[in-house]
Amino acid sequence: MSTVPVEPVVEAPRNYLNASYGVKSWLLTTDHKRIALLYLVTITILFFLGGAFAVMIRLELATPQGDLMTPDTYNKMFTLHGIIMVFFFLVPSIPATLGNFLVPMMIGARDMAFPRINLLSWYVLTIGAVISISAAVMGGVDTGWTFYTPYSTTYSNTYVTLMAVGIFIAGFSSILTGLNFIVTIHTMRAPGLTWFRMPLFIWSHYATAIIIMLGTPVIAITLLLVGAERTLKLGIFDPALGGDPILFQHLFWFYSHPAVYIMVLPAMGVVSELITCFSRKRIFGYSFVALSSVAIAILSFLVWGHHLFVSGQSVYAGMIFSLLSFMVAVPSAIKVFNWTATLYRGSISYDTPMLYAFGFIGLFTIGGLTGLFVATMAIDLHVHDTYFIIAHFHYIMVGGTVMAYMGGLHYWWPKMTGRMYPEGWAKFSALVLFVGFNLTFFPQFILGYLGMPRRYYAYPEEFQVLNVMSSAGATILGVGYLIPLVYLFWSMRYGERASSNPWGATSLEWQTPSPPPTENFTVTPVVTEEAYTYSHEAPEHV
Amino acid sequence: MSDHIVPIRTYFVIFMTLLIFTLITVGVALVDLGRFNVVVALAIAGIKATLVVLFFMHVRWSSPLTKIFIAASLFWLAILLGFTAADYISRAWTPLGLSW
Repeated sequence: MSTVPVEPVVEAPRNYLNASYGVKSWLLTTDHKRIALLYLVTITILFFLGGAFAVMIRLELATPQGDLMTPDTYNKMFTLHGIIMVFFFLVPSIPATLGNFLVPMMIGARDMAFPRINLLSWYVLTIGAVISISAAVMGGVDTGWTFYTPYSTTYSNTYVTLMAVGIFIAGFSSILTGLNFIVTIHTMRAPGLTWFRMPLFIWSHYATAIIIMLGTPVIAITLLLVGAERTLKLGIFDPALGGDPILFQHLFWFYSHPAVYIMVLPAMGVVSELITCFSRKRIFGYSFVALSSVAIAILSFLVWGHHLFVSGQSVYAGMIFSLLSFMVAVPSAIKVFNWTATLYRGSISYDTPMLYAFGFIGLFTIGGLTGLFVATMAIDLHVHDTYFIIAHFHYIMVGGTVMAYMGGLHYWWPKMTGRMYPEGWAKFSALVLFVGFNLTFFPQFILGYLGMPRRYYAYPEEFQVLNVMSSAGATILGVGYLIPLVYLFWSMRYGERASSNPWGATSLEWQTPSPPPTENFTVTPVVTEEAYTYSHEAPEHV
Repeated sequence: MSDHIVPIRTYFVIFMTLLIFTLITVGVALVDLGRFNVVVALAIAGIKATLVVLFFMHVRWSSPLTKIFIAASLFWLAILLGFTAADYISRAWTPLGLSW
């Protein structure tokens, strides 16, 4: 009698990905890790949508004359690019994805303090995004992402109010996430995890949450006032109705300058994790790096007037804002110097996340130093509203935040999915991104300094070479973003299985399986030592 | 703390106080006090907001940490108003015709 050999059934260990199946299990989840993935999918779609508008801008600017679209369409393209990238990608990017996934895990908690509010925040962002995209589809907005009055309140015939409603709603998503972070970090840390034992990623998210909570209500009320003036003719910003357009700029930048730090502080937290792990060293000056995040959060609210140097703001107020703007460079510089000092005599390995961390440090430094240029009133007079400004803030937002986001995504990808990404492709795409980014934006510094204004769809012929370089760079940059999209998807099914701690890192999220179980830890961890207790041994890898 | 139980009577008293202050606001608006109309209206609004925060939002019985966060948000509001006012106040200091 013959027997048919039966394949042994090997069940995968239960984790948050296979704990339950079906659309409903995702749409009604209160697991912070699943919510992080919901955010990841949403903001990735929005990122590529925002990128599509950038493609249109760079295509138009490949030639000096306006030949691809009408000036009105061009105005809508840069407006939609800015709105989607700032409010729907950069602001939620690291906090809502990596932060949501990692804050509870890094502090040894089972979930956020308010899991249902966490899910609500994703729905709120999605509703805001749908409304804003509806405004784009119905005819768009042409005010620029800054909504400056009186154009936005009195003259623009586009869907300003609907777009403002979308952003207003999305703001509540930020507030809910910030609230969750603050309460979670205050109340749910594992036994032994004192404030000065926390990973710097947590410190930076705490500081970010403070900015979100204090700043976002102001942009919400400001956009509400824009809507009220457009629809009810309330005299807030329109001089004809007794208002003041510069008041809008004060209110707008009170949020929107700190918003830059909402974008870059979490990025700095990611970089602190990457630098320590891939140089196998404790961070140099832990408390300085931790408290510099708080200092940035506070100082970021005192500098907004540097956006108003040429807007009619008092010269004396401008002087104070200029001085304070220089001061915010100090805590940022502390971080950069301390990361560099951490590398000194470290056992450095050049895995993909570390390449992105290096990219961040270099590009953020260029963005930060050119920030000092524009914080100087005399220089700002020359470069205000030129491509110099565009280059400066893209070095911070894309060179800084997106580089760190990509680095963090690669670093924690094994934890999130249980799979390794293909290292060769990842290194290649990091290089492509770095080259593409610099080719896109460095020429814009020169263009701006030579006098090319932003938000124009045509320009003199002598600017064409630099503009073609920029457009060519944008193409390379686009490819650099598409490659990870493909291989990260691929790795979810075909990537090598990841161990619980492929990088030999020290923080708590690596002390649990990859992917983690729904409850994160089977036993509540007890912390007995400070963060980043690395020896000089090379990481064990997979 | 958050589990503090407030008697309905307290809520009712605060609610009536808010209504009375609302009536006072309307009444004062009908009297010409010059620039003090705004001062009185804002002062009453401030008192009403304080009552709501202390009683309806339970801050009176909350932890010191919650109170610190409330104080911080008020401080931030002061920054917003103060720095913006600094611009408006000092705009007239620059003599007209002064060129860069």
